[in-house]
Amino acid sequence: MSAKKIWITDTTLRDGDHAMSHQYTVDQVRKIAQVLDEAGVPVIEVAHGDGLGGSSLQYGFSLEKEDKYLRAAAEVITHGRMAFLLVPGIGTRKELEEAAKIGAKVARVATHCTEADISEQHIKMAKDLGLDVHTFLMMSHMTPPEALAGQAKLMESYGADCIYVVDSAGAQLVDQARERVRALRKALDPKTEVGFHAHNNLGLAVGNSVAAIEEGATRIDGSTCGLGAGAGNTQTEAMVAVLSRMGIETGIDLFKIMDVANDIVYPVMRQQHVPRIDRSSLTIGYAGVYSTFLLFANRAAEKFGVEARDILVELGRRKMVGGQEDMIIDVAVELANKAKNKPASARAEARA
Amino acid sequence: MASEKVKVAIVGSGNIGTDLMFKIRKSNSLELTWMVGVVPDSDGLRRARELGYQTTHKGIDDLKDHLDDFEIVFDATTAHAHYRHAELLKQWGKIAIDLTPAAVGPYVVPVVNLDQYLDLQNVNLVTCGGQATVPMVHAVSRVTPVKYAEIVSTVASRSAGPGTRQNIDEFTETTARGLAEVGGAERGKAIIVLNPADPPIIMRNTVYVSLEKGADREAIKGSIEEMVSEVQRYVPGYHLKSAPIFDEDRVTILLEVEGAGDYLPKFSGNLDIMTSAAVRVAEGFAGHLKKRKTTGRERHQESVA
Repeated sequence: MSAKKIWITDTTLRDGDHAMSHQYTVDQVRKIAQVLDEAGVPVIEVAHGDGLGGSSLQYGFSLEKEDKYLRAAAEVITHGRMAFLLVPGIGTRKELEEAAKIGAKVARVATHCTEADISEQHIKMAKDLGLDVHTFLMMSHMTPPEALAGQAKLMESYGADCIYVVDSAGAQLVDQARERVRALRKALDPKTEVGFHAHNNLGLAVGNSVAAIEEGATRIDGSTCGLGAGAGNTQTEAMVAVLSRMGIETGIDLFKIMDVANDIVYPVMRQQHVPRIDRSSLTIGYAGVYSTFLLFANRAAEKFGVEARDILVELGRRKMVGGQEDMIIDVAVELANKAKNKPASARAEARA
Repeated sequence: MASEKVKVAIVGSGNIGTDLMFKIRKSNSLELTWMVGVVPDSDGLRRARELGYQTTHKGIDDLKDHLDDFEIVFDATTAHAHYRHAELLKQWGKIAIDLTPAAVGPYVVPVVNLDQYLDLQNVNLVTCGGQATVPMVHAVSRVTPVKYAEIVSTVASRSAGPGTRQNIDEFTETTARGLAEVGGAERGKAIIVLNPADPPIIMRNTVYVSLEKGADREAIKGSIEEMVSEVQRYVPGYHLKSAPIFDEDRVTILLEVEGAGDYLPKFSGNLDIMTSAAVRVAEGFAGHLKKRKTTGRERHQESVA
């Protein structure tokens, strides 16, 4: 493993946007993008948590218009490259084209782990625009390694340069992450890279990322302070330290990235939400639910007077996928009604 | 009695075309004569032959020698094909009901605006998400001004065909336009999610409609419920999952659409609402055509038929 190089994509300004409830100011985005760039982060992702076009009633409106965030970051990213996320079904090629015009160099296109074929037109357009394309197979714990590799092959055939195994639910055990990366590595052309994106709901984000690297992944996602959905992502600064101890080069200055995390990002996130492994986020990892559901489930629990944990477990049982935030309301209403009707039905049972 | 019905043809013998065939069989005012495909051994053509309809696998051009056999044509092919079909049908003087994303004609959602377009020759069915959600947005916008409407359609992976998958932007963009143009919102946004769960999930739609302060909640609720029962007349499986949920600035409507299970499985409510709406639209045209033809004749013949 000597002299190996791993490329880190920092997603503080995209996955972190979930934990920020989409309330980043343009100045915060500009500042964070600038210091990440100065610390040597090679790829910096900027977008609504649910990708371009994600600002909505379903996922939460962003404080500012999308293009303002992208422009602010593009102005200050000089060493690294700016990336965005696009989830087909939410964002469209129109927003993709706009982001490329503003200066993004990397397109990250995400689908559920079994639905790769909805990304063809977006991947092709991004390639035509001269962007590097990194694709996401989300909620990848929900499909077996071989099937996942088949979906990766599809994305590769559309032109993807790197395909990520994405553990959106932070549900994968070390071997599960390992098997998935291995299956992709084996199935794909050697020139196609494999990446890994973790959530720390079970406390395995850094460990799973290391396992992914051992299986041949060359790109790892992280966010400073772990700012991301659920219990957060792989903590960028921790990952850089671990890789440095392993003798793996990232191009990121460890002390500088620590300072970014502590001095710049932490004060911002403290105003909104500090992700951690708590009852709800741990339930997400345990039940295999989309990490982004965390804050929505907490809010619905309060509004309808039910337990967030019960909502999350039920969503897992129903095999809900990323983007189905509306089902949180649905399930909460159902649980609330069930609780209301319980005495009546219990009485009916007693009579029977 | 069959002679009183208006004759129709289906172009496109895939899932949608075949489901249309089964729905037209149940119609009191439409009579299917032709099923047109391009794949000789397709299931749709085979079933059409078995049921005694005339079929061809050589595309719409084969109909040119049979122009007396139909007045209305359902196009369940592709947008690309429809551009050409639309030209031909216009030359032939036939009415086109377009189930593709081509949208040569205006968007029609039967419970909202069908009556406006009965003298046109080409109308478009928006999208499945549009057929499911536009009625709800309209139900709100007819009682209070709506600045913004947003919908999320979740469909089972198994009922999203290759056409939808390769052109998913068309779904979101067309549906969003439908929410504004037909639904009456100033601005619309649409999101689609595919869920591969097995057993497959029934089509789900969530409709968020922004409300101004002081909007009359009782009136909105009443209008929504009334609209649901109107849609149920042609899509019996269309229903609210719960009473509309009101927040300060919005109303949230949770809908489930279960298909009739005619040809497609019941979970494919997304496809069922398209074919049901298309048949409803054709029946509207049929009624209008007959009205024109029976002018001068005794009106009560219609009710006898």
